[in-house]
Amino acid sequence: MRAKEPSFVGFMKTIPKNIFSGLVVSLIALPLSLGLAMASDAPPIAGVITSIVGGIVVAIFGGSYVTISGPGKGLVGVVLVAVSTLGLTTTYAAIICSGVLLLILGFLRLGKLADYFPSSAIQGVLAAIGLIILGKQFHIMLGNKIVRDNTIDYLIAIPETIMNVFQYEDSGLINAAIAGFISLIIMVFYSKIRNKYLQLIPAPMWIVICSIGFSYYCEFVLKIPNPISEKYMIPNIPSLTEVMGNLPVPNFKAIYSLEFWGSVVALTLIASIESLLSIKAVDKLDPMKRRSNVNKDVKALGVATAVSGLLGGLNVVTVIAPSSVNITNGGSNRLGNLFHALFLMIFILLFSTELTRIPLSALMAILVFTGYKLAAPEMVKRVFLIGKEQLLIFLTTLLVTLKIGLISGIVAGLIITFIIHVIANNSLGLFIKNIVKPNVLMYKEENGNYFISVKHFCSFLNFNKLKDKLSVIPEQNDVIIDFSLCEFVDHSVMENINDYQELFYKKGGNIGVIGLEVLATKSEHPFALRRLLPLQNIIPNNKTKRQNNLEQVAHDFGLSFTPLRRTKNAFLENFIYFKTKKIEHVFNRLSAKKHPYQLFDIIYSEGEFIAKEVIRSTMLYIKTSANVPVFKLDREGLLERLYALAGYRDIDIKNHVDFSKRFYLRGENERDIRAFFTDELVLFFESNAYYHIESSKDGLLVFSKERIASIKEIKALLDFGYRLNAIINKS
Amino acid sequence: MSAITFKTIGIGVTFSPNLEANINEAARLALCFGSKLVLIHVGESSEKKSNTFRTFLSPFENQGLEYELFYKSGDPVDVILTSTKEKKIDLLIIGALKKENFLKYYLGSIARKITREASCSVLLLINPSIDRVPCKHIVVNGLKDPKTKETVNAAFLVGHKLGVGKITVVEEIDQEEVSVKVDDDKSLRKSTIIKERLRLREEARVKKVLDSIPADYTKNITIKSQPIFGKRGYSIGHYAQVARADLLVMNAPSKMTFWDRLFPHDIEHILTELPTDVLIVQ
Repeated sequence: MRAKEPSFVGFMKTIPKNIFSGLVVSLIALPLSLGLAMASDAPPIAGVITSIVGGIVVAIFGGSYVTISGPGKGLVGVVLVAVSTLGLTTTYAAIICSGVLLLILGFLRLGKLADYFPSSAIQGVLAAIGLIILGKQFHIMLGNKIVRDNTIDYLIAIPETIMNVFQYEDSGLINAAIAGFISLIIMVFYSKIRNKYLQLIPAPMWIVICSIGFSYYCEFVLKIPNPISEKYMIPNIPSLTEVMGNLPVPNFKAIYSLEFWGSVVALTLIASIESLLSIKAVDKLDPMKRRSNVNKDVKALGVATAVSGLLGGLNVVTVIAPSSVNITNGGSNRLGNLFHALFLMIFILLFSTELTRIPLSALMAILVFTGYKLAAPEMVKRVFLIGKEQLLIFLTTLLVTLKIGLISGIVAGLIITFIIHVIANNSLGLFIKNIVKPNVLMYKEENGNYFISVKHFCSFLNFNKLKDKLSVIPEQNDVIIDFSLCEFVDHSVMENINDYQELFYKKGGNIGVIGLEVLATKSEHPFALRRLLPLQNIIPNNKTKRQNNLEQVAHDFGLSFTPLRRTKNAFLENFIYFKTKKIEHVFNRLSAKKHPYQLFDIIYSEGEFIAKEVIRSTMLYIKTSANVPVFKLDREGLLERLYALAGYRDIDIKNHVDFSKRFYLRGENERDIRAFFTDELVLFFESNAYYHIESSKDGLLVFSKERIASIKEIKALLDFGYRLNAIINKS
Repeated sequence: MSAITFKTIGIGVTFSPNLEANINEAARLALCFGSKLVLIHVGESSEKKSNTFRTFLSPFENQGLEYELFYKSGDPVDVILTSTKEKKIDLLIIGALKKENFLKYYLGSIARKITREASCSVLLLINPSIDRVPCKHIVVNGLKDPKTKETVNAAFLVGHKLGVGKITVVEEIDQEEVSVKVDDDKSLRKSTIIKERLRLREEARVKKVLDSIPADYTKNITIKSQPIFGKRGYSIGHYAQVARADLLVMNAPSKMTFWDRLFPHDIEHILTELPTDVLIVQ
């Protein structure tokens, strides 16, 4: 499966879509940039400068496709420390140096630095950063600006701050706290509401719009000054000309001090880790399944960081939440990143004074939510499920990062992981003797499969050797990884292999892992089988009322009911609808062996990180013969007309004005689609309830809403599907 | 064609639990190749020792084995190396040690020194046994090296004499030869094409080597050629292990320097973890 060769015409066609996605991305990037910069004790405009420089430079020089670059959440902790110990101008110098360092890393092809860190330790560092952000900003969100020595003290003070809110004398502070609280509510509940108009604007932008609207409402309707305390409003934002006029002069005086270089290294390390993790996650979401050139991207990020530092911005990294928004909104190449930067520039040009109407507490609510997402209890639970020792690694890294610092935290994570591995194997020799050995063998078998055999041990220490081999295999191939000559395989490796498995699976290949059983039986190996298998329903008899009803429906329609989860659902991956979404699993399936129908509840997610939305829905899949053209049929609404402006074409069927007006029909092959939509079929659609209908090459997907359907709706859906299939088979 | 033959086979013997197995293996091979067997013992000669050796060898003597007992005191490494030259031994057999409780074999320090410095071919046996264990699969290296032709020849000679069913010629392709670094889809395509080209080139080269093997050696033997991607000299051992080969035939290493031993490569890796029986052809 080759990606289409880019042609000029094809490229021109992508422009409108990317302008659109760039616009939506800029809406989420603006509040995030402001907030992240303020959280790092830098002037708010620094964040926007970072996004603009990052967007332009990385769009031009980068090696990834749909990523968005800007200020990173992970760097908040590092910049915060740098600003407090070195001062702002010296921090700019450190940022410039770290940009150069990143560039060098890119040239040395060390962009994959993150591969050498055990994944639980990385999780620990990220959680610590989350707590740093959350701990500090929580107080500002509730109108209680306090200064403490370290993050743990900030966290301890949280209950106190909550108590304080109820004792505020100053109404300005109370209002600030209310604004913060409402914003947090918006962030939390936004993803739960499925409304396409509401969802068009990302939650952080809603907060901005609401606060600016409220401020104008007070000024012009109530004719009172803004009731939120002056101290809790965003300080003055300079216009673009002012920014260019007063460029900060980076202070390189501290260049010979250890602290300076400590900051440079920490900035570089965290920037590369965050970017790499994001690129990896974004590549998984890319509907065109392209492979990002990581080293090229790291080089571009390095250049962007250096330029950004010169202009008074922060480190540029690949940011996950805006990137996922870019994909969801149809961004298809680096133009999305470029346009997001241009839109941000326009915002600052036109609305820089408007932005000062945003309460600081509201902005910080976005960051509190971001921090919470990084350190959420689910993360801890996930790590714990993998193994107790992983939790130990996680917590050690977390605590050391909080107590001492980021670099110490990562080093501690590395050391504790290694110690645990040594204890688990009861052998230090295994690692010392074999670490430099080229322990991975790859060859192509006669039938075209790739066979990889790994010897001795495979852990975060030498995973790069296995990775080097895996990354040179075209993803359409079948690969067998044999661990039977291996004495030890650690969790980081299993997790990474799992990522590769997903990647291969998506592109039509397959990775089989064999030989782990040997490990498990030889000794009770603590890591070998530490694979995150989805927990199957343990007691299938324990059915809910809905499941009992579903069983009844299945019986009525001559189908059988299975409540068990299924995670591999290749037939769904072919649908356009799921191209930008991640399917978790399907469950409560109604199917029968000889029937073409399959009805199921499904859980899938859209977007990543704070822009992640988990959606539950009920869908009907009908297996059809191969001559149904690929199309997508929806109810036509305002949004669809908007999409049409962005370059998505609506196919009209001749002589059916009503149908063409009410339905929004899309597909590549117009001629076949027109031929397929016979009068009878059109009439059928006109006279029945609306469903979202999509066809892949050999199947139809029918569903109505992005939520779990009731029993009544399921009956209607099944009935609709049966009749639809009958008509299709007739023609 | 330089006909490689094993006219005289030598084996160093000590009174270890493996003695009988070692002698049996060596004697069987000597019979197979129709060569003379020299037992080298480091130490004083005595009637008692000679008697022990003779009892072990008597069943083979009946089948027409010609042998010689050779005693010499001194440093084991020196003794064996000099006697190899003295007796014009062209195949030296060395038994490996087995790690306790593990299915892993390694060479003792003496054996390792001998292997490195021997001027004749060396056969390292990991699992000498009293009864004959048939050898079914031989893996031989097909490196681009002047010695390779002879090595492959030797492999076929041994294969022919021992009645081996399958011989795999392994070409190790170093990752460095694939000059394109894989970064994205485009470079991946490029590197896949280059690799395919390398594979074809290597296969053609191996085919040329195979063509020079006498026809009766290749009779009844399945020949397979397998390119592998990995570290030169090391990965072939790994492959032999994966492919469950019974014998690995390799080129003798080129000159060793101090650095080679400090940063082990090629044959040194194989010596530290013997995957199967190994024949190093000089």
